[in-house]
Amino acid sequence: MSAESTYYVPEQSKLPIFASIALFTTVTGAGMWLNGSGYGPTVFWIGAFAFAAVLYTWFATAIRENMQGLNNAQLKRSYVWGMGWFIFSEVMFFAAFFGALFYVRMYAVPWLAGEGDKESTALLWEGFEATWPLMTTPDQAVNGAEATVKGPGGIFGPWGLPLLNTIILITSSITVHFAHVGIKKGNRKSFQWWLLATVILGATFMFFQAEEYYVAYTELGLTLESGIYGSTFFLLTGFHGAHVTLGTIMLLVQLLRSYKGHFKPDDHFGFEASSWYWHFVDVVWVGLFVFVYIL
Amino acid sequence: MGEHHGPAKGLTRWLYTTNHKDIGSMYLWFSFAMFLLGGVFALVIRAELFEPGLQLVDPGFFNQMTTMHGLVMVFGAVMPAFVGLANWLIPMMIGAPDMALPRMNNWSFWILPFAFALMVSTLFMDGGGPNFGWTFYAPLSTEYAPPSVTFFIFAVHIMGASSIMGAINVIATILNMRAPGMTLMKMPLFVWTWLITAYLLIAVMPVLAGVVTMMLFDIHFGTSFFDAAGGGDPVLFQHVFWFFGHPEVYIMILPAFGIASAIIPTFARKPLFGYASMVYATASIAILSFIVWAHHMFTVGIPLAGELFFMYATMLIAVPTGVKVFNWVTTMFRGSITFETPMLFSIAFVILFTIGGLSGLMLAIAPADFQYHDTYFVVAHFHYVLVPGAIFSIFAAVYYWLPKWSGHYVNETLGKTHFWLSFVGLNITFFPMHFVGLAGMPRRIPDYALQFADFNMISTVGAFIFGFSQVFFLFVVVKTIRDGKKADAQVWEGAEGLEWTVESPAPYHTFSTPPKV
Repeated sequence: MSAESTYYVPEQSKLPIFASIALFTTVTGAGMWLNGSGYGPTVFWIGAFAFAAVLYTWFATAIRENMQGLNNAQLKRSYVWGMGWFIFSEVMFFAAFFGALFYVRMYAVPWLAGEGDKESTALLWEGFEATWPLMTTPDQAVNGAEATVKGPGGIFGPWGLPLLNTIILITSSITVHFAHVGIKKGNRKSFQWWLLATVILGATFMFFQAEEYYVAYTELGLTLESGIYGSTFFLLTGFHGAHVTLGTIMLLVQLLRSYKGHFKPDDHFGFEASSWYWHFVDVVWVGLFVFVYIL
Repeated sequence: MGEHHGPAKGLTRWLYTTNHKDIGSMYLWFSFAMFLLGGVFALVIRAELFEPGLQLVDPGFFNQMTTMHGLVMVFGAVMPAFVGLANWLIPMMIGAPDMALPRMNNWSFWILPFAFALMVSTLFMDGGGPNFGWTFYAPLSTEYAPPSVTFFIFAVHIMGASSIMGAINVIATILNMRAPGMTLMKMPLFVWTWLITAYLLIAVMPVLAGVVTMMLFDIHFGTSFFDAAGGGDPVLFQHVFWFFGHPEVYIMILPAFGIASAIIPTFARKPLFGYASMVYATASIAILSFIVWAHHMFTVGIPLAGELFFMYATMLIAVPTGVKVFNWVTTMFRGSITFETPMLFSIAFVILFTIGGLSGLMLAIAPADFQYHDTYFVVAHFHYVLVPGAIFSIFAAVYYWLPKWSGHYVNETLGKTHFWLSFVGLNITFFPMHFVGLAGMPRRIPDYALQFADFNMISTVGAFIFGFSQVFFLFVVVKTIRDGKKADAQVWEGAEGLEWTVESPAPYHTFSTPPKV
């Protein structure tokens, strides 16, 4: 039976057990760190580096198998399904945070001010007014300067950096598509240049995002501690930023692989999966731009 | 590539394996170990409740026991058992050589022992383990939680990753690995129910990750998600949690529907009645599961429109569930039924799960729920759904397929003894809880008013019978594997499906070349 028609089942692998140990070490270290143990950071970083090393080896193994011709068309479809459903799980992760934002804006904040069905809650937070962005927390409304949870000093309008970042990310979705067209036509140069442009745009986005956070903390007084506005703002944009970082790294890896001669016009799933991921983080950003910055 | 090589030798076989049967076995043994551990926690609870007053444990530790019992049973026992069954059975049922992504499959499993080591180790930490119930409502789980909650959060994160990867594997396997001719509507119902379960898992496990992440940030980084002082809302926690939590309930029961749909036709010696309607009913239940979550929160103070919407949506679930029960009963109707152990568990499943479903309908009525909420009636309800529902179906599956896995028949006398001990034990344990619950006994308390004493004593006696019978189950399984009678390929005369076309025990590799269907 030829390799072409057989579904390749790797015989044994040390990767999963090492990945499990590394992941366990990472989260245990993170927990120790957060709970104030002096060993926490060490344990965390050992785990994180080990985990990165295992993942590197794992992807390298998968790439090597494909280049040896072990992966038949059916196995490649398994990878396609795997990536597709992984992205769906990411969508649902963001849905939790968007859902929290919508709930807070539509219900929780108005109710705290005694609107709608919740007249009596106004007695708990006298003088609190429901506004969004929430600049004055219920705590502040009652306790003034003594409050432990204070609202942000200021927030970002949508039409400065956020708009620029929107343009950057949407452009990068187009450039990564051109890269895809390039590799499908067998035009490696075009593929590499468009991919390089995408990576640079991703890095630029991250630079501006870091800039925005810096301004938020140093000038605006908008922090994680700034009540529910700061909470939703930083967790939504922060997790998105983490995903852009990961997406940029993924695309960079594909770029480096293409310099090594990887990918064929009909066989470039590593790149394709990364590009799907990239489009996904783009769509999330559009949601963020509309619901966090504009509305 | 050797086509017919056997397993590797020694411990590394299990550590490094990519074989769906090895991984399935590991899932099942792990789940059984967790089942016993969670059972011990339950018996601590029941022992304390044997009499009114505080006897054995202090109330703080009692709270840790109710929490850990729930977490270990849900995430450690029931879910991994179903994943183990999926691993063993789905490739054999659809004629696939293995799961679609075998290395990731091994990773999904090996995360779990580490996740539970982390979770259970919290019991030994300063301030004790999680004590806020398995639903970990904020602010009990944030503002007022012991420091070990941080480790609980990370344990949930990594077991969630395990579940998501396991579910992705199941979907990729079912959609991509079927033998030629195995069309979707020819798939055994166990495969169908798992396909839909996997979809639910991928949809809601990330939401669970999201909600524990919000907790982590509220605890350590000063955010205000669940803190009204900063404009957040503790009720937000409940919404996000139950958006995960309600589909989670169906994650624990849909594969059970698949198992019953495999076993009942075999022993009724009739094809399953209404195959297509079973598929559509399963899909309907899954879709409805996303729009009923707030029925867990009727008393928290949601607007009237919300109470009504979630009440009616919840009642709607009774329709597809009723279709299923009707189909199982109709399959048995005028069949030539025999009552081997798997069939006994399956029939008990249909009857007792229906009781749990009906008490669920009672709870779905919002105004009535104001009386039932957080009483032992709720405890009775969900234990009727989970113990004779999820767990009996797992027992049924083990008795049904163990000859195929081990190559040895189960001794029917031993199996039936286990069944009757479990059946009697669980009804003695959980049925009286309906009464004390309706009379107003609250859940999650170590002490109670005197008028509840008799029923609680009865429950405790039942719990110890049920607990003992699971140790007996271990004995039955080990005895079967060690010296059961040699099994044939066709273990049950009426059984249909590809798994019965391979010899018993199933060879290490099956269907390396796809069968014709």
